[in-house]
Amino acid sequence: MTSFDLQTILPELLLASYAMLALLAVVYTGKDKLTPLVTWVTAAVMVALAVLVGSQPSVTGGGFGGLVSDDAFARFGQVGVLLAGASVLVAGQETMRRCGLDRFEYPLLIALATVGMMVMVSAGDLMTLYMGLELQSLSLYVVAAMNRDSVKSTEAGMKYFLLGALSSGLMLYGASLAYGYSGTTRFDGILMAATDGHLSMGLLFGLTFVAAGMAFKVSAVPFHMWTPDVYEGAPTPVTAFFATAPKLAAMGLFARVMFDAFGGAVADWSQIVALLALLSMFLGAIAAIGQTNIKRLMAYSSISHMGFALVGLAAGSELGVKAMLIYMAIYLVMNIGTFAFIMSMERDGKPVTDISSLNQYGKAEPVKALAMLVLLFSLAGVPPMLGFIGKWAVLEAAVQSGLIWLAVAGVIASVIGAFYYLRIVYYMYFGETEEALEMPMSPAAWVLLVASASAMLLGLFNMFGVEGAAAAAAAALVN
Amino acid sequence: MDNLLTIVTFLPLVAAAILALFLRGDDAAARRNAKWLALAATTATFLISLAILFRFDPADTGFQMVEEQAWILGFTYKMGVDGISVLFVLLTTALMPITIASTWKVETRVKEYMIAFLILETLMIGVFTALDLVLFYLFFEAGLIPMFLIIGIWGGKERIYAAFKFFLYTFLGSVLMLVAMIYMYVEAGTTDIPTLMSHNFASDSFRLLGIQVVGGAQTLLFLAFFASFAVKMPMWPVHTWLPDAHVQAPTAGSVILAAVLLKMGGYGFLRFSLPMFPVGSHVLTDFVLWISVIAIVYASLVALAQEDMKKLIAYSSVAHMGYVTAGIFAANQQGLDGAIFQMISHGFISGALFLCVGVVYDRMHTREIDAYGGLVNRMPAYALIFMFFTLANVGLPGTSGFVGEFLTLMGMFQANTWIAAVAALGVILSAGYALWLFRRVMLGELIKESLKTISDMDNREKAIFAPLVVMTLLLGVYPSLVTDLIGPSVAALLDQYQAAAPAFADVAPAAH
Repeated sequence: MTSFDLQTILPELLLASYAMLALLAVVYTGKDKLTPLVTWVTAAVMVALAVLVGSQPSVTGGGFGGLVSDDAFARFGQVGVLLAGASVLVAGQETMRRCGLDRFEYPLLIALATVGMMVMVSAGDLMTLYMGLELQSLSLYVVAAMNRDSVKSTEAGMKYFLLGALSSGLMLYGASLAYGYSGTTRFDGILMAATDGHLSMGLLFGLTFVAAGMAFKVSAVPFHMWTPDVYEGAPTPVTAFFATAPKLAAMGLFARVMFDAFGGAVADWSQIVALLALLSMFLGAIAAIGQTNIKRLMAYSSISHMGFALVGLAAGSELGVKAMLIYMAIYLVMNIGTFAFIMSMERDGKPVTDISSLNQYGKAEPVKALAMLVLLFSLAGVPPMLGFIGKWAVLEAAVQSGLIWLAVAGVIASVIGAFYYLRIVYYMYFGETEEALEMPMSPAAWVLLVASASAMLLGLFNMFGVEGAAAAAAAALVN
Repeated sequence: MDNLLTIVTFLPLVAAAILALFLRGDDAAARRNAKWLALAATTATFLISLAILFRFDPADTGFQMVEEQAWILGFTYKMGVDGISVLFVLLTTALMPITIASTWKVETRVKEYMIAFLILETLMIGVFTALDLVLFYLFFEAGLIPMFLIIGIWGGKERIYAAFKFFLYTFLGSVLMLVAMIYMYVEAGTTDIPTLMSHNFASDSFRLLGIQVVGGAQTLLFLAFFASFAVKMPMWPVHTWLPDAHVQAPTAGSVILAAVLLKMGGYGFLRFSLPMFPVGSHVLTDFVLWISVIAIVYASLVALAQEDMKKLIAYSSVAHMGYVTAGIFAANQQGLDGAIFQMISHGFISGALFLCVGVVYDRMHTREIDAYGGLVNRMPAYALIFMFFTLANVGLPGTSGFVGEFLTLMGMFQANTWIAAVAALGVILSAGYALWLFRRVMLGELIKESLKTISDMDNREKAIFAPLVVMTLLLGVYPSLVTDLIGPSVAALLDQYQAAAPAFADVAPAAH
């Protein structure tokens, strides 16, 4: 181990050390009284690290003999995860306090989960991958059950834990097969094991199990069952976190494993991913129609969105990875804004999640309703919002790889999906007047909501440079 | 001033932003300010579009006043107009101030109403000026959002059903076009419309799922675009969203819907289907011609049975759009000239008819034909205006309606005599439903108690109709105003279409 090796994982080290030191310090001082401070400091640390990661000049390639890869792809994922985590922390702080959940462990657990996600996207070895994944998952199990007095929240945590453990088991089994048939856990070693673009039968089994584990993490159909329950049960700020950073990390990891370890047999996994994408897009779109709970609705919405992101991955090309990253970046921004809005839905001091309670909201709060309107149309993929550009990118990648049928299926699913986003618009603007919803919104959440809605429109000019970063990341991964 | 097109496109949007950001409050003064600002902005936009017309050189068949700038994901921000699109830009900008003036009595959420219309204007102009596939799609689709809100917020009783139907119907149509566009981009490597117009997409027949696809990729691309434009036009049998949307939309929404939004479909056929997929168009010509005449006859018959004034005019629109599609796919000079002329003329006439309905709706709050009768006794000026536009709608010589119908019928006759013969039935039927409507609403004794106090049009209402009357007459007696402008562009389009003739020969035996 050299200082160079340490250099490659410096951001992870810094964040992990910060989280542990802060944990110790707060336990012996103010405990929960210090929560607001800890939240803001954690967010600040994460933003600072995002700047650090994003601005590191050279790409070193890897460290620890290939256990960790440090390339543009890892950078992209890490910056995304850090920024999303910080935004959700800041947006949810006020809501957590109002719900009586302002424990100081929350921001620190989020920080630890973020460390896990940063490791995930920069894994170069099945062992590193598993370490990152478990660190993330264990932190999230706890956070999901944060609201100990609520049956739903504990149920969510329990469900997430059981199914998460199952998926980890699947993935480990796949990893052990991959190790058995290729003789190594290193991605580049497994890559060598593919001959003539095909995998041996054992490796193929390994690939399938690993893919199943990944599919669970991105909540792709048919491994999505946990999503609606966990989204509904967990406190809303926690749901917001689930819907954003871990999704990017899991998609990043998915792409990383598929290209770095199984890149020699793109045709073998492309069809698996295409099927996952197809099912996710449709199930997400159709199942959401009947939902009245906005958090469950967002769960199905995220399943559908993951389907679209997987379309980019299924293309199995550099363009596809670029499209997937662009899609995920847009998805993150949209969801942070949307959840900033959902977090503040309250009546008589109690969180409300019923869609119909938004009746005539457009009249009461024109600015927030308008921002939400933009986000909803963006989620539906209606131009000119940025959500459409993301859809175009993944569909273009699919068509270029000859997956025209998948593109056609995707647009049809997007029409079905548009219906339930419109239904929220309908409640906000067309509904009959009834008791108005009071929505106390912290300035931070308000800023995030408005900023993300503006980004959906202003991003049309140059996408804030995300396109270039995604292109560099895709080039680093695929070549 | 090299960016006149950008200015004319985005000026209404800027005005909408000013309204949204700087106009506070919802008192009478604020409402008045919103209306005046919207009127001023739309009028300014109209004046700028006149400047564009004067700078436009009709002799040049290419795109003019082109602006180009690199954009995201390999797209370009490219704007430009030819003889066809400049006309539609003018139609849009000319109708907007009239539409805004017609909303003067609206008192609910005025600011938002004005913002929605201003945004809609930007998107409509953008559709006609965009010269990049993605830019076009952006404008084309985004127009759904303000229209969805206009119908849903300010519409009638069944507005929610109508708004959802409108949105989902048109959205489904256009996403298939989206896949086709992506395919074209991947295939040709560019989203530049002029380049794509000269690109030869593959037209070799192949088998797909056991079906022989004559005309190959071009036919499939044509069908994907057709799905979008046919819904937008709307063509039979995908027209069912239109009567609902029209009936539920507020008056101004109906006017814009009928006068401009429907024309996007026709414009799309002219800009994309014919020049980009000549083989595909050729293969499906008969199909399109026949469903066009079915639309003419069927929609006219349905119009005869309507009890709601707006619904009747909506079906009349479907019938008139049938002439447009038939004229376009007759694919000869008269047919194309007539189709474009018919679109412009229908823009003024149907807009005016919806405004006419709005006049009595504002007073009586019903559109039921049975609720009226004998209005001529108390509203002579209104009866005159209504009569004028009824006859224009029927296609009385001397009005613009005649020129459009006559030219398209002539074009159809050259393409297929039977088609023209059946379409001519529509002329008779339209006289039937339009005059019958007039009789039921206007003529006879004024017996209904509720109508005894109804007042005739005020000066504002008369002023709204004045420009529409002038345009309808002017185009009726001097159609060269339009045909001179579009002539070279139409000729170029036809040349290009016929240049693909060798390719037709390959598919022709298989097609018949």
